[in-house]
Amino acid sequence: MESNWQNGLYRTLREADISIFSYVPDAGHKILINHAIRDKDVIAISLSSEQEGIGIAAGSYLGGKKSVLLMQSSGVGNCINQLSLIKHGQFPFLTIVTMRGEYGEGNSWQFAMGEAVEPTLSSMGVKCLRVECQSEVIPSIKAAVTMAFKAERSVAILLSQKLLGAKPF
Amino acid sequence: MENKILLDRKIAIPKLLGDTNKLLIISGLAGPAKDIGFLTKESSNTFLFGGAMGGAVPTALGLALSRPQNKVVCVTGDGDLLMSLGSLATVGVVKPSNLIIICVDNSLYQETGGQKSHTGLGVDLAIIAQGCGFSVIKNIYNEKELIEGSVLVDQPINGPAFILLKVSEAKPPQYSRNWSASEAKVKFRKKILS
Repeated sequence: MESNWQNGLYRTLREADISIFSYVPDAGHKILINHAIRDKDVIAISLSSEQEGIGIAAGSYLGGKKSVLLMQSSGVGNCINQLSLIKHGQFPFLTIVTMRGEYGEGNSWQFAMGEAVEPTLSSMGVKCLRVECQSEVIPSIKAAVTMAFKAERSVAILLSQKLLGAKPF
Repeated sequence: MENKILLDRKIAIPKLLGDTNKLLIISGLAGPAKDIGFLTKESSNTFLFGGAMGGAVPTALGLALSRPQNKVVCVTGDGDLLMSLGSLATVGVVKPSNLIIICVDNSLYQETGGQKSHTGLGVDLAIIAQGCGFSVIKNIYNEKELIEGSVLVDQPINGPAFILLKVSEAKPPQYSRNWSASEAKVKFRKKILS
């Protein structure tokens, strides 16, 4: 059941002609990452740090392609200064963030960055769309794709821990 | 090998790049942005950083992957590159054959008062690039190696290639640049996508 919405999410991104997927490996994004790796028409880029995904998004757009950055909430903090490129340059930007440090979290280290995701992204001009349940996933992604690539805004989809299920500790 | 007389970036960079019209160029902030902006007169095939330190290499990677038919050159300083060493590893893994990274290494942070960078204290970025899996590594410390490097930039490459251009402390050209990344972005896309 759980994988259905993730398969639909991948299909929606591909239908929007997103062909470059950059990511830091993450359990919540596992299905999406595996789809991207297997897809012959997609370039899947494993990053050493999430901040590299910002430049990749800008560079892809300069070259005429659409990309998405997949990361966990802790990775948002690694991106902040690089988002200067997106905000100052008015680049379209789409990221999907799997949240930690909220509903049911057992690792106390995760709360600090988890709670800082929305304020830090908002302060760098990235609009956050939070997804709490499966029925919201596809409509939210479609909305985000339109905002990012039609209106050329920067948008983050936040997949909540309630949606994903908390990692057991 | 390091020579006592190092190359002057104002002479070396134009020689190394040759005809810049044949390239798509991403330049990191500070010195390289001045070198490249002055050289190309900010032509529409160039995109210059003015902030987001460490962002030039990943941006060039994204561009190289989306434009496999073009040769993409990233010109970056040692300080800029040191801030995103991991991006060299990512390039080494993805292996875009059309990407050349040129590190203009003056071994110091000239913009902030000339403090020594890690490369002035023993760190060798070319060896790091080699360890990251770059297909081509070229060290340029003298005129002879500069000519070899210019041949490398001019010919078809099977990259990614990493060129370490060791330069003196001489300053880059001084000129008044356009700081607007959004204007440069629009110009760049209009040039290559239309």
